[in-house]
Amino acid sequence: MDDLLREFITETNESLDVVDVELVKFEQEPNNATILDNIFRLVHTIKGTCGFLGLPRLEGIAHAAETLMGKFRDGAPVTQDAVSLILVSIDQIKDILGELEAAEGEEPQGDDSELIGKLEEMSAAADAAMAGGGAADEPAADAEPEAEAATDSDDFTLPEQTIERPLRPGEVSLDELERAFRETEIEVEVAESAEDEAPDEQPEEIEAPAPAPAAAKTPEKPAEAQPAAKAKPSGEGGEKKASGGGVSNQSIRVAVDTLEHLMTMVSELVLTRNQLLEIVRRHEDSEFKVPLQRLSNVTAELQEGVMATRMQPIGNAWQKLPRIVRDLSQDLEKPIELEMIGADTELDRQVLEMIKDPLTHMVRNSADHGLERPEERRAAGKPEKGIITLAAYHEGGHIIIEVRDDGKGIDVERVKAKIIERGLATEAEVEKMTDAQVQKFIFHAGFSTAAAVTSVSGRGVGMDVVRNNIELIGGTVDLRSVTGKGSSFIIKIPLTLAIVSTLIVEAGGDRFAIPQLSVVELVRVQKNSEHRIERIKDTPVLRLRNKLLPLVHLSQLLGIYEGENAEEAIDADNGFIVVMQVGSQTFGVVVDGVFHTEEIVVKPMSTMLRNLDMFSGNTILGDGSVIMIIDPNGIAGAMASHASSAVAENSEDEQEDLQQKAMTGQNAISLLLFRAGAPEPKAVPLSLVTRLEEFDISKIERSNGRDLVQYRGALMPLVYVNDGDSHKTEGTQPMLVFSDAGRSMGLVVDEIVDIVEDRMNIEVGSERPGVLGSAIVKERATEIIDLGFYLPQAFEDWFMRKEMDIEALTKKVLFVDDSSFFRNMLTPVLKAAGYDVTTCVGVSQAFELLENGDKFHAIVSDIEMPEINGFEFCEAIRRDPRFRQMPILALSSLVTPASIERGRQAGFDDYVAKFDRPGLIAALKDIFAGDLGAAA
Amino acid sequence: MSMLENKVAGDKNAGNDMIQYVTVVIGGQLFGLPISQVHDVFVPESVTRVPMSAPEVQGVLNLRGRIVTAINMRRRLHLPPLQDEQMMAVGIEYKHESYGLVIDTVGEVLTLPSSSAEPNPSNLDRRWAEIAGGVHRLDGQLMVILDVDRLLGAMFTEPMAAA
Repeated sequence: MDDLLREFITETNESLDVVDVELVKFEQEPNNATILDNIFRLVHTIKGTCGFLGLPRLEGIAHAAETLMGKFRDGAPVTQDAVSLILVSIDQIKDILGELEAAEGEEPQGDDSELIGKLEEMSAAADAAMAGGGAADEPAADAEPEAEAATDSDDFTLPEQTIERPLRPGEVSLDELERAFRETEIEVEVAESAEDEAPDEQPEEIEAPAPAPAAAKTPEKPAEAQPAAKAKPSGEGGEKKASGGGVSNQSIRVAVDTLEHLMTMVSELVLTRNQLLEIVRRHEDSEFKVPLQRLSNVTAELQEGVMATRMQPIGNAWQKLPRIVRDLSQDLEKPIELEMIGADTELDRQVLEMIKDPLTHMVRNSADHGLERPEERRAAGKPEKGIITLAAYHEGGHIIIEVRDDGKGIDVERVKAKIIERGLATEAEVEKMTDAQVQKFIFHAGFSTAAAVTSVSGRGVGMDVVRNNIELIGGTVDLRSVTGKGSSFIIKIPLTLAIVSTLIVEAGGDRFAIPQLSVVELVRVQKNSEHRIERIKDTPVLRLRNKLLPLVHLSQLLGIYEGENAEEAIDADNGFIVVMQVGSQTFGVVVDGVFHTEEIVVKPMSTMLRNLDMFSGNTILGDGSVIMIIDPNGIAGAMASHASSAVAENSEDEQEDLQQKAMTGQNAISLLLFRAGAPEPKAVPLSLVTRLEEFDISKIERSNGRDLVQYRGALMPLVYVNDGDSHKTEGTQPMLVFSDAGRSMGLVVDEIVDIVEDRMNIEVGSERPGVLGSAIVKERATEIIDLGFYLPQAFEDWFMRKEMDIEALTKKVLFVDDSSFFRNMLTPVLKAAGYDVTTCVGVSQAFELLENGDKFHAIVSDIEMPEINGFEFCEAIRRDPRFRQMPILALSSLVTPASIERGRQAGFDDYVAKFDRPGLIAALKDIFAGDLGAAA
Repeated sequence: MSMLENKVAGDKNAGNDMIQYVTVVIGGQLFGLPISQVHDVFVPESVTRVPMSAPEVQGVLNLRGRIVTAINMRRRLHLPPLQDEQMMAVGIEYKHESYGLVIDTVGEVLTLPSSSAEPNPSNLDRRWAEIAGGVHRLDGQLMVILDVDRLLGAMFTEPMAAA
């Protein structure tokens, strides 16, 4: 591709971006002639250059678009349709340009006649609209001579063009061209005079540099060959040319690579300077001191200078947004106003590139999800026009970018429902979360609350990508949302990526660098000082201005703590706490010492070590040693236990947990730990518990020989874990409430201890009624309560009262589950529903029964079983012609879309969650209902 | 710190099939690295350990402005650590990154015909066999050829695209 063409493509792309913006402005104020002139001239320039470079497709479209805009200038009414059409044309030009660039200057094949036809049609319509109004075609008298001159140059190019394509539709007549040039001339006048008044105005920025590069790049071309629009300014009076040249002299185009290289070299220089300073620091009266000081200053200035060359106003990243918002506004039929504040805030171009797409995405999101429909807005008492605000400003070495809308805010309830639906957290966990925590879930992968997928957004690949992109550049994204008032995304990013300001700390005998970006403050804890480390059980926390911060020692996080007892790593009487904030997570990292802050140049980790997410890189310090740079996101990840917990668990525990999970392949379930009647802990699966309640003792009434409380308008019988236990005599009485089909039972307990996530492995079975057995929960032997024993104590007919279906009684169900807990739990449920249940502890036993000729009407099978799992079991049954028609239900604690799909493929008739007892009964009913219908 | 200046001769000599090896001793055993792969020999000083990395990663160090990942060969070969003695390291390039193999001592450069290399004995410790690319019989001792690609390649947790 030759230089001229490359120059053309770069320039045209820039011009087109400007046209985009200007057109949107123009649509809003159709009477602003200045804007129209700008657009017209830009398109005209593109057209002219295309003709010159022999790009007939581009020229054709640009010409037709220009003609239409010419009509506007002549007074035709500006319609939205027309503007849309021009925008479409601009897009088409962009597409062709893109292909042109990819194809190294070969114009792609294609047919634009439809588009051109539409444009011409629109022009004709515009003509008709202003027919009788009279064309306001009054070229200024003083422009005449120049126009004459221009046609001279035109004579050179025009014949050539007509020879090439004499039959092109919409070809320019010489008259028209002449007129166009005359008018162009006037525009140049306007632009030039505008420049005097407002030097920063757009037209001059675009126009002025154009002649210089063009002239410089094509010295061998005869001046007449320049496209008319370009040639003229350079051929004009000396004064104007001088002013234009002055502007172009002030800026030069430099290849990005050159700048990158320069930046790398300066980074190295900074490193070397730091090393020298470190050496001199050790030699008090060195003769190098003074020159080194100067070197240091020069280096600092150089660094600043080079950084400045890489700085670009953030407005560059925003340039495409007005157009996008305008299109969205039309597509979604919502009037939207885009407000941009602080567009001149500068940041590193590398960073700029990285945030471009996330920003676009967020604006789209705001328009699509954030803002309500006009009628809803009216109903909410807001102006019909929604406002999206983009704001950028500096804040201590970082840039804050805010994307704000005044829409409906994030619907917390819907997010919650989605969280549970997607299995990202359990219902119990979600209940404990604050609204802010719930809202944060929209950054989760595959999360989207849009009810329907629209062409704009709602595909669920949005916000997590946004977050990833931003975190990739060491930034963070935060979210604030007020229902009904709107939401705002706050992005915090470093000014530059190459050089990071870090805090050097010591832990476990080694030094580490923590990026300042995520450090909120440093807290020194000492004996008797106002800040103390306190412990909840063994978990250290810091009370800081009415907030409780979870603490962990850095050496523990990194697994380099050398002491015997990890809990002693944190010395309560002496230590430094680095308070870090990552996203909305705030926590304290305890370190042994804090040295100083240092500007470091991040070097990527070697490939072998890149899998360590605790580090984002490493670098060479002033003293020549290598130091690891902590990745705040990695630390936060290690700190975070479950999505909700305020006090993070020990990360080692968590890892062990994960390992265990991986090893056994079993899923942890939430267990409610409590004490009742004895000091040993007891547990019951949390999902079986409907509610935790505390009743005032006075509320407990005695009637008919048993304790009752009035609960939700009905009497709820109380049941004691051990016979002969009694409730407390004063204060309040905690209890676990179990409800099913409108009936409730209160299990009286002494104390609710905790909710833990653990695997439930009943290791020692029990003969005692009411206890399934003992399991290790939280490293303590814990009795697992058999609810099936207690429920009938409250209502004797608990399992019996459901309508006994005579038909159902004859239905034999084979229930396969390796876990005794679930066998014990669900068998009574099935029996209560009237089925004749046979239980099996495993697939092989089930096969034995089936082979023996035992007849069953349906099989209910667990999925996660040792040896042969439920899927394989089901597939095996389906292969046997005798059982091909047998209904099989899958029962699993793991209910994900993927596993349901897997179950369907295996041949299961239905897939039910283990704790969904009503679901199980309903599914069985469904199966037999179909059966009965068929039989009848 | 000594540089091996004589790298030029290191290329595999196709003509007479002679290969030059830099010999190193790890735990009393002689190993040979093709000289073309050895960039320098240095004393590993002020090594910064990398928490949570593989056990054989001794750490990272600054070698003339480059960050080098040091791999402790004794740990890699499951040998006891060297007591109270200065270890040495050979610097190698692997996939455009610098690595240092920390070994006991560096010996002389040997030129050996490639034809005299024998395959690994089948009863060789599997952990050794992984990184050994054959054995040369020398006078009085055996030299195990260190296969750098296999040694380092096995340490990447994620399979890298073929470079």
